[in-house]
Amino acid sequence: MSEAVTILAEMVDRLFADHVTMDLIAATSTGHWAHELWALVEKQGLPSSIVPEEQGGMGASFHDAFVIVRAAGRYRAPIPLPETIAAGWLLAAVGLEMPTGPLTLGGTHPEDTLRLQRSGSEWRLSGSIHRVPWGRVANSVVLAMRHDEKTLIVQAVRQGSAVEQGANLAGEFRDILIFRNHPVEVAPWRHAFTDNPVMVVGAMMRSGLMAGALADILARSVVYAGERQQFGRPIGKQQAVQQNLAILAEEAAATEAAAEAAFLAFDRADPEFHVAVAKVRAGIAASQAVGIAHQVHGAIGYALEHPLHTSTSRLMSWRTEFGSDRHWAVVLGQRVLTLGADGFWPHITAA
Amino acid sequence: MTWPKSYGGSERNALDRYVVMEEMLFAGAPVSLHWIADRQSGPLLLRFGTEQQRRTILPRIARGELCFCIGLSEPDAGSDVGSIRTKARRTDGGWLVNGTKLWTTNAHRAHYMIGLFRTAGDVSERHAGLSHFLVDLSLPGITVRPIRDLTGEERFNEVIFDNVLLPEDALVGRLGEGWNQAMTELAFERSGPERFLSSIQALIELIRYFGNAPTDEATALIGRLIAQLVTLRNMSISVAGMLEAHQDPALEAAVVKDLGGAFEQLLPDSIQGLLGLELVSGENSDLRQVTAHLVRMAPAFSLRGGTREILRGIIARGLGLR
Repeated sequence: MSEAVTILAEMVDRLFADHVTMDLIAATSTGHWAHELWALVEKQGLPSSIVPEEQGGMGASFHDAFVIVRAAGRYRAPIPLPETIAAGWLLAAVGLEMPTGPLTLGGTHPEDTLRLQRSGSEWRLSGSIHRVPWGRVANSVVLAMRHDEKTLIVQAVRQGSAVEQGANLAGEFRDILIFRNHPVEVAPWRHAFTDNPVMVVGAMMRSGLMAGALADILARSVVYAGERQQFGRPIGKQQAVQQNLAILAEEAAATEAAAEAAFLAFDRADPEFHVAVAKVRAGIAASQAVGIAHQVHGAIGYALEHPLHTSTSRLMSWRTEFGSDRHWAVVLGQRVLTLGADGFWPHITAA
Repeated sequence: MTWPKSYGGSERNALDRYVVMEEMLFAGAPVSLHWIADRQSGPLLLRFGTEQQRRTILPRIARGELCFCIGLSEPDAGSDVGSIRTKARRTDGGWLVNGTKLWTTNAHRAHYMIGLFRTAGDVSERHAGLSHFLVDLSLPGITVRPIRDLTGEERFNEVIFDNVLLPEDALVGRLGEGWNQAMTELAFERSGPERFLSSIQALIELIRYFGNAPTDEATALIGRLIAQLVTLRNMSISVAGMLEAHQDPALEAAVVKDLGGAFEQLLPDSIQGLLGLELVSGENSDLRQVTAHLVRMAPAFSLRGGTREILRGIIARGLGLR
C-alpha cells in the first residue's frame, strides 16, 4: 500500500470506529437515518472520492475507493457511502454533475418495470424500482437503461417519487421507488466494458463491503476464542477451533484479494470479469465464514445485543444484492465458455 | 531462472519465473523431474550451501542435468518432522548415515537428495540436532525402493541408508540448524502456481466438453471454479512478490497451499458430480479420462508439502492462537 492509501485507511478507520456504534446500527435497523454520520463522511469528501478533481471530486484512485468501502463494511456504517461513491463515478463518467447528499443505485432488480420516454430534449421516467439501497434518504438514484440499442445513464431525483419502505436481513433500508412521468437527466454510456454499468459497480461495492465484514467477523472470532475459557483453557487452544478459524482466515484473505483485484481492474481492461470473480468468491466465502464465526461464538453470538449478527446478517444480504454469486457465476461461466478451452487462460493472464 | 549468472542462472526476477512455471503447468508440461531441484534444493544451496557446493551443483541444475529429491519423511516422522530418527554420526573423514526415509518423491530418478538427519541427541530433543546434508544417491549403502501409489505409478520411494559414508563437506548450512532451514525451504514449496494448477487440465477439458451448448448447471460450476482459480492466482502472485521483496511469506504461503489443494480436489470432484457418469480409466473422452485420473490423485493434494492440518495449524499460529 502506498503511503497516501495508508493515511486514508487510518482516517476512515478512525472515523467509523469512533462514530459507528452498536446503538446507531440498532437504531438504523428500526428506521433511524444516521444523518450525523453522513454529514461527517461528506465533510471528509468521501462520497466524491473517485470523481476527478476537475469535476469537483477528490480525484482518488479505485484502490482508495476499495479502502473506504472495505472500512465501511468492516464497521457496518449504516449509510449509502459505497452507493454514493459508485453513483458519483458513473455520473462523472458520462459528464453529468454529481449532486450533493446521499445517492443510490437502482434498476438492477429483476422485478423492476421501467419506461423511459423522450419528448424533445426532455426525458421522462415511469415505473418502479425494487430493493433500492437507502432509497428513502437518497437525493437521487442513478440507473442504467437500454434505449434504442444504447445504454444510457439516468439520474432521477428521488423527490416526487412514491416510496415503499423495506429492509434487508440486517435492517439496512431497501425501498421501492415508484416514478410517474418523472423528469430525469440522461447521458449516453460510452465505455465498452459492459452494457450494465450500475450492476457491475454495485457488485464491486458489495464485494468490497463483504471483504470488510469478513475481516470483522474474523477479528471478533479470534479475540473471543482467546478470551472464552472452557475445559480450563481458552477455546482457541482447541485444535478443532483453531482449524475452523484457519478456514475463516483463508476465506477472508481470498475475498480481500478478489475484491481488491476487482477495484484495481476498474482502471484497466475488463472490470466486469474481475467483478464477477470477486462477487462469486465473496459469496463462497460468506457461506463458509458466517457459520464458523457463529460456531466459535456459541450461544452469545446468537444474542441480539451481541454485535456478531450485525456483520453476519449483512454478509448474507450483500451476498445476493447486485446479483447473487449464482448470477455472477453464470455470467463468468458464459464469458469463459465463449472464450473457449484454448482462449480463457490467455484472458486470465493478460490482466 | 532467478539465480546469479555465476552459478548458471539468468538473474531474472521471481515474477518472470512465475510466468514461465504457470505456462508450463497450464500446457501440461512434464516438469516433475526438475521441479524439486529448481524450486527447493537449488534455492536452499544458494542460501545455506558452501561456495564449493554452489559451484559444483547449481550450474548442473540450471542446465537441467540433475534431479533432486527431499529426504524429510520417515516411517515414524510424517507431519511430525521433529521425530526424525535417521542419524548422521561424525566419523573419520565424514558422516556415517543409518536409517530410512519414506514417501520420498522421485528418489528412484534423482541424482541427489537433500536429507534432514539427526546429528545430535535423540528423538526426545525434537527439532534441535537436525542438520541438512547433500547426499549423492550413487554412494554405496543406499537402497532406493519405489512404492507404487494408488494410481499404479511409481512416484515415491523408500530410501534405506546402511552405513553410508558421506564426505565431510556434505553438510549444508549450519550444524543443528536443519529444522529452521527446512522451514525456509517449505515456504518455496507452498506458494507457487503448482499448488493450485494440478487439476487444471480437468477444467480445460470441462470447458471444451460443454463448448457452445452448456447446461445452466455447468455454466454456473465453470463460473464458480474460475472465480476460485483467478483469486488463487492473485494470491499466489502476491506471495511471489513477497519472496522477491525478501519478506517472509510463510503464513501467506500456507493460505495459498491449503486453499489451492482444496481447489485441486474440488475440480475433479465437482466435475464427477456434474457429469454423473461412471468414470473408467482409459476412456476415449478426454474429460472423463482426466477426471478419472484426478479423482484418484486428489487425496495427495492435501498431503504433500505439508498436510491440510499442519497448514491450518500454521495459520492458527499466525492468528495468535497457539
